[in-house]
Amino acid sequence: MSMTTNKPLLKGKRHRLDKPELLAPAGNLEKLKFAVHYGADAVYIGGQKYGLRSGADNFSFEEMREGVEFAARYGAKVFVATNIYAHNEDIEGLEDYLRGLEEAGIAAIIAADPAIVETAQRVAPGLEVHLSTQQSVLNWRTVKFWKDEGLPRVVLARETSLEEIAEMKAHVDIEIEAFIHGAMCSSFSGRCVLSNHFTDRDSNRGGCCQSCRWKYDLYVDGDSVNSEQDSQFTMGSKDLCMISHLPELIEVGVDSFKIEGRMKSLHYVATVVNAYRQAIDAYFADPDRYELKPEWVDEINKSANRPLNTGFFFDTPGTEDHIYEPEQKAAPYDFAGVVLSYDEATGEAVIQQRNHFKPGTEVEFFGPGGTFFKQSVEEIRDLEGQLLDAARHPLQHVRIRTAQPVHPMDMMRKRIR
Amino acid sequence: MNTKPELLTTAASLGELRKLMEAGADAFIIGESKYGARLPGEFGLGEMAEAVEAAHGFARPVRIYAAVNNLLDNAAADSLPEYLGSLAQIGVDAIVFGDPSVLVTAREAAPGVALHWNAEMTSTSYAQADYWGRRGASRIVLARELNMEQIIEIKQRTSLEVQVQVHGMTNIYHSKRSLVDSYMGHLGKEASELDSRLGQGLYLMEEERRDERYPIYQDAHGTYMMSSDDVCMIENLHELMEAGIDSLRVEGLMKTAAYNETVIRAYRAAIDAYAADPQNYEFKEEWLDAIRELQDPSRELSYGFFFKEQVY
Repeated sequence: MSMTTNKPLLKGKRHRLDKPELLAPAGNLEKLKFAVHYGADAVYIGGQKYGLRSGADNFSFEEMREGVEFAARYGAKVFVATNIYAHNEDIEGLEDYLRGLEEAGIAAIIAADPAIVETAQRVAPGLEVHLSTQQSVLNWRTVKFWKDEGLPRVVLARETSLEEIAEMKAHVDIEIEAFIHGAMCSSFSGRCVLSNHFTDRDSNRGGCCQSCRWKYDLYVDGDSVNSEQDSQFTMGSKDLCMISHLPELIEVGVDSFKIEGRMKSLHYVATVVNAYRQAIDAYFADPDRYELKPEWVDEINKSANRPLNTGFFFDTPGTEDHIYEPEQKAAPYDFAGVVLSYDEATGEAVIQQRNHFKPGTEVEFFGPGGTFFKQSVEEIRDLEGQLLDAARHPLQHVRIRTAQPVHPMDMMRKRIR
Repeated sequence: MNTKPELLTTAASLGELRKLMEAGADAFIIGESKYGARLPGEFGLGEMAEAVEAAHGFARPVRIYAAVNNLLDNAAADSLPEYLGSLAQIGVDAIVFGDPSVLVTAREAAPGVALHWNAEMTSTSYAQADYWGRRGASRIVLARELNMEQIIEIKQRTSLEVQVQVHGMTNIYHSKRSLVDSYMGHLGKEASELDSRLGQGLYLMEEERRDERYPIYQDAHGTYMMSSDDVCMIENLHELMEAGIDSLRVEGLMKTAAYNETVIRAYRAAIDAYAADPQNYEFKEEWLDAIRELQDPSRELSYGFFFKEQVY
């Protein structure tokens, strides 16, 4: 039942992975490094153009090269989202941009617009083209169309059920990538122009202002359906989380498990990747005796921005799958620091501050593979040995004693309520 | 040099279709909601055949385009070969599609029937038009979020026929979720307590836009939110005609038959006047006045995105 068919696909260019790929978002170079370090097999990023997150930091070609080099040390790949629907004026410059990605060592682009798909195939044949979820692929005949167009992979619409994925896999020999975690458009992705109508921001070119999460009231012929003021009509979806259902996803043959969130924090990316990495590895170590560990779920919950659900995999979302009240940050934890180094002789770590902490602050340390412990912060010193009353300056380097050995790129979080 | 653009519209029934032919419509997009998106009325294969007969037997040639532009799941896509075959047999003049499964199925099941690429919000460039053109489409239906310059440039750079919407409401959001039912559940009510189908008067109001009403409805394919304004390009129709746009669509969704008839008459008059003498063409206020008289006062007549620059 584990998919260990090593049959070569696609002109011998790649071999089917034994394990599904864990694909993580990386909004900038630092996030890329942490995503890879915490176990992502591939990361997807945005470049300066053609991506749907115009608000993210986004990578220059120079940063892409550095990211590709870093990822290669772990055997990981870097994909670039070129997932806008291009307008006439975007076509100019597209060829050079795609060649630039190829030269930077990018493994694949994620594209929705067929004009971008075709241009990439023509001018940058070294780039794989993966069809974006923005194309709303929902049936196997459409999957087959894209395979016949030469694409090695499609990212399915989030509206696809596990059963429908099984049918697609039965009909078409192609890599299937599916979102398994993160925020969801409540519309079919790409089939929403609320931002265009409300704010003249073009949602299909990266201008989405998340109007679906604004406050609405439902009326019938002039009267509000709802008499209570504090309960609003909503288009806002809970976030997707499939940590409890990995065996189903693996066994149906999903080839790439995608985590959403190029705008999410470093802490979020590391925490979520870490949990899925451990779960996938545990499954493949012993599929028959695989069990979901509560600590993976706990970790996921510490990073959650919104309440979680299972999207469309089992059923169409209903009443319980939407957010009706003003949103509250779900997780009572904040990212507090990154470990830069550890001195075994003294038991002290140098921490790069990412949020305020002081002696007495309850913190948790975690690293790749599930290392984890809690402690209370004791003395805080600067690098010259001076005692500090708190680590209050963003990115400052401080020394603290840790209850257990830690490693560079381990993280420290604190409880906030 | 200019040929007359086609005046295309929708119809809720055979009766309305006949009236709108009389009023001046050159073509209709009709179909059944299993395959077609956001249709004002159901035309099963029987009604479809009657519509084709009525259109092709009319005093001047009128065309029938079958709406097969839904996003389709496996089950719907599996029934496509038979459905498209039937449409071909009936003699529809084109199949309108927004999912590639329709294109590949039509090649075998309905060879020779024209194909119109209509993905609504995502048909945004001449390059995309050409892409679908090389795969068999003869027409691209442009996103309503494009502006006049972009539309004209697409027409100049593609060999495909270009269709734009010139009047009526537009879809601004489509979810597979039954959001009205979900909300009723949240309020502790039965979904059946509220009729959320097309035309039942449901609308959304956004907290900071209290004077805008966004119609919302549900069907078997999910929830739709529609624009709060109606596009009305009759004053500027000559710009589109001068650019050689091939098809001008009037959307009749959620409008009375009388309103649609008035709108078609107005656009018919404008198109005919322009074609008769492009040099001396002048917009006549009375065309717009006739529409204004029947316009729902809560819905602004607007230029849509034709004269806007968007940011991102």
